Amino acid sequence: MSDEEETQPTDEQKIEIAKWFLLNAPAGEIQYIAKDMKAVLQDETLYITAAAEAFPLYNKSHMICLDFPDRSGEVMVTSFSEIGENEYLDPRTAQVAIVDHVNQVCRRARPANDEELPTPYIEEYRYALDIEVTKYVSEVYPKGICSVHCVNGKDVEEPGMDFELVVVISATRLSPQNFCNGSWRSIWNVEFKDEAQLVEVRGTLQVGAHYFEEGNVQLDAKHECKDSTMFTVKLELEYLSPEDSAHSVTTIICHQETEYLNSLQTSYSKLPDATFKDLRRKLPVTRTLFPWHNTSQFSLRKDIQKSLGLEKKK
Amino acid sequence: MEAAMGLMRRIPPKHSEAALTALLSLLPHHSADLLSQVDQPLQVLCDVDSGKQFILCEYNRDADSYRSPWSNKYHPPLDDGLYPSQELRKLEVDANDVFMVYLDQSINRYYEGGTSSVYIWEHEDEGFIACFLIKKDGSRTADGRRGYLEEGSWEAIHVIEVVPLEEATARYCLTSSVMLSLTTNDESSGNFNLSGSIRRQMNMDLPVAAGHLCNMGRMIEEMESKLRYSLDQVYFGKTKEMVCTLRPPSEPVQTRLLELISKRRP
Repeated sequence: MSDEEETQPTDEQKIEIAKWFLLNAPAGEIQYIAKDMKAVLQDETLYITAAAEAFPLYNKSHMICLDFPDRSGEVMVTSFSEIGENEYLDPRTAQVAIVDHVNQVCRRARPANDEELPTPYIEEYRYALDIEVTKYVSEVYPKGICSVHCVNGKDVEEPGMDFELVVVISATRLSPQNFCNGSWRSIWNVEFKDEAQLVEVRGTLQVGAHYFEEGNVQLDAKHECKDSTMFTVKLELEYLSPEDSAHSVTTIICHQETEYLNSLQTSYSKLPDATFKDLRRKLPVTRTLFPWHNTSQFSLRKDIQKSLGLEKKK
Repeated sequence: MEAAMGLMRRIPPKHSEAALTALLSLLPHHSADLLSQVDQPLQVLCDVDSGKQFILCEYNRDADSYRSPWSNKYHPPLDDGLYPSQELRKLEVDANDVFMVYLDQSINRYYEGGTSSVYIWEHEDEGFIACFLIKKDGSRTADGRRGYLEEGSWEAIHVIEVVPLEEATARYCLTSSVMLSLTTNDESSGNFNLSGSIRRQMNMDLPVAAGHLCNMGRMIEEMESKLRYSLDQVYFGKTKEMVCTLRPPSEPVQTRLLELISKRRP
């Protein structure tokens, strides 16, 4: 390969490459990747362009949590809480955070105005679910954060119309000094369907882990709970109080997430046995090490092969 | 260059090929370093003379052609290709034969099937470098028998630098990398992918009376068993530990929680 003939990538291509590296950073590692990327690119302008495009996508995808400058609370940066460019709503404190994506901080906050908030009718449901989910998350995730948003029908004022809430849960464990980072993300869509008189729950769960001492090993697991018949709570919506719906939905979420964790653990127990042995067995059947010192005698080699009935198939 | 290695350590292993291509385009002057230090999934070609497969790597590459250890020919053919000396070529032929038996005999040992290749090159003074490669596919449809994996592969690269010392001994510096990739996909657990690579090093001074091949073979065998232990610890130990730290499994708690939630309903 004669490198001299390879044309240098164009500026656009370099930006795309930088974006790609940034977007694929494991949880909690984008700043390290940013530093290395800057060094590799050796072009501040190109890097800044790439970062400006990549960081917002990364932050939303990883649902990062930022504190308000006055420590009055925190906001989760997600596509569900995004109400304007770099603006993210925290429904709990009814504030809007203005976010600096590249530095991953909240620059300032302002109160949300009425148009940005759901109606009192919707807010009752959102609030009740928020309370239940927060309790659940605090009991189950040592370092979990969560948030509930209305993504559809936030202007609904009374029963008779559909609306949709989204629950986001995120837990990260960052231990760079131990060369280990990990994250758990769940997104639950809760649809209140008036005509069908039911609440439909669908979820996506994503777990990642990265270990990088003398190597690079990553777990990437994803699961979609799509079977709505399993998670449909058929109830008289007219008589379904926000608290009732919150209980039911949270129970479903808890059940599903627990099931998923169990199945992950099952995979882990099955994998070394079934899978690892698929690729490599622990001890040779003959229980002796390979006779390297005898191999200089090729007649021996042919004998070994003959006796094992092996043929050079390759 | 350090920054480039830093990136390779963090990018998801399933994207490592794309990452390396990107880095090579950005840092063409570092291509030699990148290609030799970054472990990539191994490719194979079929030797036209013997019909046997051989593994491709930097040590048997010249321009865009690769030299087969079976026929010593370049694929595609190359006019001015580099070849090891006669003496090293003999060692290389022996090494390939032996390593193949090591692998084949491991039909009941470490591996079930798979491809192996050994390449040997001159190095400083009277030393040489030997590269032992193994490639094994354990997915449903390839060599693997149990068929639990949607996709799985095990690849090992062992590079030994041999430098003769005084008094009929030689120093052997072994750098080994194992790349493992496992994917399962089913209803209850969705898509589960565990992949990556681990590197280890080992140095030994050994008498050459037993022969280079014997010394190298023993080191590799010992290293592979250490690596298997590490892989077990890291792949199935550390990553699982992380998952359980994020969300500790605790059956009594979970059941109680569910009970509490359902009981609270009026």
